[in-house]
Amino acid sequence: MEGWPDFRLAAANLTIGRGGQALASGLSFVLERGQALLVTGPNGAGKSTLLRTLAGLLSAIEGRISVTGTGLESGTPAGLCAHYLGHADGLKGALTVQENLQFWAAMLGGRGPQPDIAGALACVGLSHVADFPAGYLSAGQKRRIALARLLVAERPLWLLDEPATALDAASQDRLAAMMQTHRARGGVIIAATHAPLGLEDARELRLSERAGALA
Amino acid sequence: MTRALAALFKRELRLAHRIGGGAAIGIVFFLIMVTIVPFAIGPDLNLLARIGPAVLWIAALLATLLGQDRLLQADMEDGSLDLLRLSEIPLELIVTVKCMAHWVATCLPLIFAAPLFGLMLAMDVDALAGTTLTLLAGTPALTFLGAIGAALTAAMRRGGLLSAILILPLAIPVLIFGVSASAAASGGTIPFATPLLILLGLSLAAIALAPFAAAAAIRLLGE
Repeated sequence: MEGWPDFRLAAANLTIGRGGQALASGLSFVLERGQALLVTGPNGAGKSTLLRTLAGLLSAIEGRISVTGTGLESGTPAGLCAHYLGHADGLKGALTVQENLQFWAAMLGGRGPQPDIAGALACVGLSHVADFPAGYLSAGQKRRIALARLLVAERPLWLLDEPATALDAASQDRLAAMMQTHRARGGVIIAATHAPLGLEDARELRLSERAGALA
Repeated sequence: MTRALAALFKRELRLAHRIGGGAAIGIVFFLIMVTIVPFAIGPDLNLLARIGPAVLWIAALLATLLGQDRLLQADMEDGSLDLLRLSEIPLELIVTVKCMAHWVATCLPLIFAAPLFGLMLAMDVDALAGTTLTLLAGTPALTFLGAIGAALTAAMRRGGLLSAILILPLAIPVLIFGVSASAAASGGTIPFATPLLILLGLSLAAIALAPFAAAAAIRLLGE
């Protein structure tokens, strides 16, 4: 399995916030191949805002985010090499699981190889629902399909916002294994979480409530 | 990139077919609008023939608004819009493709149905052909203008009506030139080509500019 031998994400002196209101400032970190960062902190501290800023869905109030690595042109936005797993699963209930994943593979996969949808579904233990409309699935199953999306398109940076929500114990183990494999291939993970995710030797970025209080 | 664009187009058509009942709802709405008018006006065939193009145009205008408010809202609610923004395709192009699919799914069937429904308004052949042609030329403008309203109201719970209020005034020029071209087709003082060309110009301008406005609105709402 090829991976990303020299992927690197750097955030320098980042100030994040919503609508011009700063939530946290002076965030600087560098993540290189295989490293993981846990973003922790109380509700409203800016965990989701940080992930959305890194994905390019929100603009940073100050500071810069850069990604480098083989095959990445300089100045590539981090969002283009990132998978974002937010609170919503991004599934269309009227389409089958297979169709949903095929669509995201085509949208997010770029010029990568043919997506292994069956393999991704097997990896989250849901091979048997491939032809079900996604609307029939339970919350936990939808979450697992959203996790399978991370596998059908090759992207080095995973931005996971509470990835373990609604997952049962077995699925949490599968998630831990998925993240382990991704890191072994040189991928980088940033996860906002309240629950332990089984990420070994991950660094921790603690956003404080004080910083979270709106001025 | 072509693969991604094709996948998006296909997905939009599939969703329109499975969720909205596809073309059927729009056509039935169109039919009801056209049927109501003779009841309101009375069975004066000359009058109906004269106002026929205008009735078809107003019916088409309202029918295109059906479902338009969900163009971006549905994707925003289920998180798809965030993910679409992480693809290599610029947001402007995503809006364009979504509009094209929406036009194919809702407007194209109306255009095919228009000559048939026009018969109920006692329109002659020239007027039917002219109106159908102007609908073909003008409805892209309506769809793309609608995308601006859809983008502005995407984050609102009941944005549909507001979207219509925002967009209908912008659709007035399209309506004026659409109806005047239709009227010119069945005789009149101005040649058919003049208003038709202006109508085509309006459509092209909407196709070129509206995606930028809609994309800007989406980016702002995300903040």
